[in-house]
Amino acid sequence: MPRRRARGRSLLVWAGCGLLAAACNGPIESVSDDSATAGGAPAYGDTFIQASIGDIGGLIPSLTSDQSSHEVGSLIYDGLVKLDRDLNMVPAMAESWTYSRDCLELTFKLRRDVKWHDGRSFTADDVVFTYQTMINPKTPAPFKEGFLLVKDMEAPDPYTVRVRYAKPYARAVETWGTYILPKHLLQSFAEAGTLRESPQNSRPVGTGPYLFQEWKPGEKVVLVANPNYYEGRPYLSRIVYRVIPSQATIFLELKANGVDYVSTLTGIQYARQTEYPAFRKAYHKFRYPASDYTFLGFNLRDPRFADRRVRQAFAHAISKQELIDGVRLGLAREATGPIRPGTWAYTDQVERFAYDPAKAKVLLAEAGWKDRDGDGVVEDREGKPFTLTIRTNQGNDERKKIAEIVQQRLKEIGIQADIQLIEWAAFIKEFVKPRRFEVVVLGFGTGTDPDQFVVWHSSQRGPDQMNRTGYADPEVDALLEAGRMSCVQSERVRYYHRLQEILAHDLPMIFLYNRDALPVVAARIRGVSPAPAGILHNLTEWYVPKQQQRYTSG
Amino acid sequence: MALFALRRFLLSVPLLIGITFVSYVVISLAPGGPLDFLTPEDPNASVEVKERLIKEFGLDQPIHVQYWQWLKRAVRLDFGRSFLPDGRPVLTKIGERLPVTLFLNLIEMAIIVGLAVPIGVLSATRQYSLYDKITTIFVFVGFATPDFWLALLLMILFGVQLGWLPISGLRSLNWEYLSFWQQQWDFFSHLVLPIVVATFGGLAGFSRYMRQSMLEVVRQDYVQTARAKGLSERVVIGKHALRNALLPVVTILALALPGLIGGSVIIESIFAIPGMGQLMVQSVFSRDYPVVMGNLVIVATLTLVANLVADITYGLVDPRIRFGGRRRR
Repeated sequence: MPRRRARGRSLLVWAGCGLLAAACNGPIESVSDDSATAGGAPAYGDTFIQASIGDIGGLIPSLTSDQSSHEVGSLIYDGLVKLDRDLNMVPAMAESWTYSRDCLELTFKLRRDVKWHDGRSFTADDVVFTYQTMINPKTPAPFKEGFLLVKDMEAPDPYTVRVRYAKPYARAVETWGTYILPKHLLQSFAEAGTLRESPQNSRPVGTGPYLFQEWKPGEKVVLVANPNYYEGRPYLSRIVYRVIPSQATIFLELKANGVDYVSTLTGIQYARQTEYPAFRKAYHKFRYPASDYTFLGFNLRDPRFADRRVRQAFAHAISKQELIDGVRLGLAREATGPIRPGTWAYTDQVERFAYDPAKAKVLLAEAGWKDRDGDGVVEDREGKPFTLTIRTNQGNDERKKIAEIVQQRLKEIGIQADIQLIEWAAFIKEFVKPRRFEVVVLGFGTGTDPDQFVVWHSSQRGPDQMNRTGYADPEVDALLEAGRMSCVQSERVRYYHRLQEILAHDLPMIFLYNRDALPVVAARIRGVSPAPAGILHNLTEWYVPKQQQRYTSG
Repeated sequence: MALFALRRFLLSVPLLIGITFVSYVVISLAPGGPLDFLTPEDPNASVEVKERLIKEFGLDQPIHVQYWQWLKRAVRLDFGRSFLPDGRPVLTKIGERLPVTLFLNLIEMAIIVGLAVPIGVLSATRQYSLYDKITTIFVFVGFATPDFWLALLLMILFGVQLGWLPISGLRSLNWEYLSFWQQQWDFFSHLVLPIVVATFGGLAGFSRYMRQSMLEVVRQDYVQTARAKGLSERVVIGKHALRNALLPVVTILALALPGLIGGSVIIESIFAIPGMGQLMVQSVFSRDYPVVMGNLVIVATLTLVANLVADITYGLVDPRIRFGGRRRR
């Protein structure tokens, strides 16, 4: 089961801390005593228990923005398209799609064998209904942008939908990975604007591989295999999401074999606390880059950071590997840019800046920063010392450690840095949005599409907008616009490769690292196949050999 | 007595309204609003949805108007629907959490009282004895032990190492497939650790209180008199002293009533028990005003009722208060 993170959802979540479906620029590791894929014939049955730190918000995932709701929702509902293991868009409930020559018209042919969980046939009417619901101002869906760009939509026959756009929109196909909603159950609620109160929000009917069975708020969500799933019945009979609000308890449940899957261990848990024979026998550990990056961002409105030589000096003063080792126990990879590694738009052929404090000092001197009074701190021509405050949000130990290491490294090149940790809401409201910062340590979640218009385009520098470093470059603007307007992937690749080159050279921020996702899966579960999309992409193919099944009563 | 109760009851009504008004203002003053949590910090989130929800929830109105709207519905016991995407009625949300918390807390309370009274009485009657010192140390250790830490240690020992007890949750996942008695045993075994942890922490205060109260009473003249009459020590302590020493304890018990539905956030989180504590904290964090207010009304009502009950029972068990009241009239 692919994790359709893209379905009209976040391209980027500012400082998103979710470690989920991930891609890969290095080897994907599976650490265990035997291979995760070997042994035993596929068999139906058994229960798969996932630990989830938060409860779901509701069962119409289009109305929610929390991770748990989308995880559960993506098993109950399906979209027209989905992401495959290599993060490419492939057909799901659509058989195929075609673009018109001008990229303005998109036509989907739908499968004829798809049934709603209540037995009704799925048709083009449901797709049009979903679109109408999403653009209805009464629908409180947090992500609508992809739908609002649609000019009009029609269903020429029950198994064809045609979508027209006013302007070419590169992420058009991705939009249709959205959860398709059942018209026959929801029409009156959608029109009245009472979707949240509809029975569908507590007892959903979808077309996905799993049927909804039960939601006990704060306790668990139970799904059972859909025997009539159009791609074949999934092997695992039941999936239980247990809500366990404490990270420590989740880990203990894991040690006692109480849960079968945890989406991410902490670095310490992965590297040390799970390294004993019994654990390695009971679980397979996986490791691959998560879909986010951590960065050190400059405020380019500050005249000191407007000078590229100063930014480059910072880049030479910081060792990314040191941060990875010190902060993540080595469980991360050096980031080279904002595009998700492993996706088609990614390239690592960009400029890099090795740890070289001597060179950093030379660059600072060129920019006019020299230690003129011999106190170890560099000053400008007027004798004003180079001091700054590194700010990040409170409660994130990783970012705090990064700030501390960077502070130490900056001292070596004569820059005196203070650290300030601020509670999240206040940090964003008082410092980031009004641009009252010098240097921040933050994270960014990356979607599967490379469109980064809102983060780097010069038109997006307003207080509530996302270009928070204040970056402006005419070539980047042009590339972002072109990349957004094209529906031809081979063209887009060129634009985004060039974008990554420019950003790596210009250093509006220092891309520090891509964290590794560190999931564990019970060893009795077979068919797990790590890929750029992570491991959950083929959940419907996971199985437990008959003699190893644990929960047979269900 | 009846008049007294009635007057107290009538006084509680404006008090309750006052409490809800202050609560409403205070939660509205808390930084951020429900929309900050419903609409993510994300470039693709639509601004228009935010504005629409603000209108739908009535958050664009001035605060006194909002409160008035809320109050008008609340007097008809309509606490509205949650702001969260599940949009379920507040009373349903509270209703599915309340039984677990109430059940756990009642058992806990019974155990605490059952243990604290003898511990307190014995330490008081044998003040400064070895027993007194040991129990003093024991209860202070209990008082000083962070409950999350104790919980984790017990979970590691009984859940992971020995495997005797389940670590978290209320029921096993195969609960529906067990026989009736197996189900009871399963439920009971899930309760052992949370109750032990909660009791251990609560025991200290209560037994200290009992000890203190008893110490005061045994120094009273009437206890001397009872001893002088030649009554056995058992009767002196068990009948004459204990009854009087229990008086303040009754007040404490009554005042603990609202606490029964509060639930402990830490214990509920660590043992993954879907109770009131978690609901309250989550609704505060997500600024889910209707659920927060619903919760507060229940707690406030119970507190007022508890005060009333405490006053009345006090009058019932203590003749001095009863007769004192009569004389004044």
